[in-house]
Amino acid sequence: MNLIKKLLGIIWLALGVAVGYFGITILGIPKLSSGKQDDFVFGAIICFILLPIVVGGLLVFGKYALQGEYDTANKGN
Amino acid sequence: MTTAKKSSLISIIGASSVGTMIEWYDFYIFGSLATIISTKFFPQENPTAAFLSTLATFAAGFVVRPFGALFFGRLGDLIGRKYTFMVTLVLMGGATFLIGCIPSYESIGFMAPVLVLLLRLLQGLALGGEYGGAATYVAEHAPNNQRGFMTSWIQTTATVGLFVSLLVIMGTRAALSVEDFERWGWRVPFWVSILMVLVSYLIRKNMHESPVFAKAKAEGKTSTNPLKESFGNKLNFKFVLLALFGAVMGQGVIWYTGQFYAMSFLEKTMNINKEQVDSLMFIALILGTPFFLVFGWLSDKIGRKWIMMAGMLIAIISYRPIYEKMYQTTLVGNKTEILGSSKTQAILKIEQNQQADSIFTTTKNYTDGTLYTEVKKVDLNTQLTSTKNTININKSDRNSLIWLVFVQVLFVTMVYGPIAAFLVEMFPTKIRYTSMSLPYHIGNGVFGGLLPAVATYLASNAKSNGDAQWYLEGLWYPIAVAAVCLVIGVIYINGKDKEITD
Repeated sequence: MNLIKKLLGIIWLALGVAVGYFGITILGIPKLSSGKQDDFVFGAIICFILLPIVVGGLLVFGKYALQGEYDTANKGN
Repeated sequence: MTTAKKSSLISIIGASSVGTMIEWYDFYIFGSLATIISTKFFPQENPTAAFLSTLATFAAGFVVRPFGALFFGRLGDLIGRKYTFMVTLVLMGGATFLIGCIPSYESIGFMAPVLVLLLRLLQGLALGGEYGGAATYVAEHAPNNQRGFMTSWIQTTATVGLFVSLLVIMGTRAALSVEDFERWGWRVPFWVSILMVLVSYLIRKNMHESPVFAKAKAEGKTSTNPLKESFGNKLNFKFVLLALFGAVMGQGVIWYTGQFYAMSFLEKTMNINKEQVDSLMFIALILGTPFFLVFGWLSDKIGRKWIMMAGMLIAIISYRPIYEKMYQTTLVGNKTEILGSSKTQAILKIEQNQQADSIFTTTKNYTDGTLYTEVKKVDLNTQLTSTKNTININKSDRNSLIWLVFVQVLFVTMVYGPIAAFLVEMFPTKIRYTSMSLPYHIGNGVFGGLLPAVATYLASNAKSNGDAQWYLEGLWYPIAVAAVCLVIGVIYINGKDKEITD
């Protein structure tokens, strides 16, 4: 199980990168450049607040998983 | 358990739940009265006011709640749960009451939308701080074998707050004429909040600090810097991430899908009459709410993790069949039209002595009692045409839809009922309030809050590409997020630790 946890860390890292790329190109930039005020605000929130939280979180989670931080039977996991 | 202790626990649960319910009530009435608020404070013809309106909508829901979680979470771990969640209650109630007192844009100009925006941000901050406090407070009083059941009362409050907000608004509308409601009556639901907050404050004031926190404080074991210990320390931060990605993000999207996406799908995709949508959602939610308690109780018996994971798995598998069934239930293409029932009526709408629109209303009756109405509006100045379809469903279809929404609410209760106890048990006393509040509000505010935008994008994209099942494509977002969460939850979460006195 510990090996699976570590290997999946690569998936979470890749997922973080993919979410960042598609989040910016599909959701963020089109909304920022749509010319509508509602979309602009929402696009800015996506690009500068939501995506950093989600992408950053996934990357750190993947890194921890890869490093074996979740291997031992610590409290909670 | 002695009778006195049982009675004390009931009052602790009651006081905490009522306060949290009031906070949700306060948060929802702004949304429920959004249309009238925008005419009073955010006139759309004024771009700056419209901009402030957009900020008020998005910022309070997405951005400010996690900051509230950090700010009040820190306070709760430093000075105590009781005082902190009393502050959030008073802050929320005060902000709500004051929104009801602000003169309109017509009276004070730009100060009106600016004040509303500021108060709305305060509401978001307060909501961000309340939940973690209430859940921690109840959990730290509850016996180990009843923690899931007792904290599940807190979990019902998000739904009950929605009911109460709708009831107060409907009651006020019923008591006043349409003109009076639009002139001043819309302020009443905001004013009512202060009375509810006052009662809740008086109850909470006489309660004692959580015994677990009080003991930690007496022994000098509280944190001096909860933010640093929660997020700057890898040993704890990895569990914050695990809580977010292995439990709360899946719960957030399932909660939004069952309570809000279903409603939007019925109204906007299936074009069902709004009043019918409101009533059937209302019934489905009422029927589903007791199951928060059922699954909270069950989590004490068989563990929290597997109930939440089962809820996610069933939701992932069944969302598309459920929504396909919903869509097909009222699709007029599947029904038989009564021959000769189709009628078209044309009227000319005149505004300020000018011919404004030509309106063509076509109605069709179906053998099962369904009524289809199409209103086509032609702007006589620009020649632009807009069409709006509405379906009045029959009783049998209504019952089917109530059942299908109820099933989705059941998924919500499976993932949401046990989660407060689950989060509380994941973190140590000294940083519990801070550590559990942030993933909760990111999971619900960010992952759940993004659902309407992403789902709308996926569905409209599929529609423009000619996908026959475009109406199901928006579901890929909650399905994908819940699937990732399920894998992380199943593989990484142990969930066997129920000790909270560490």
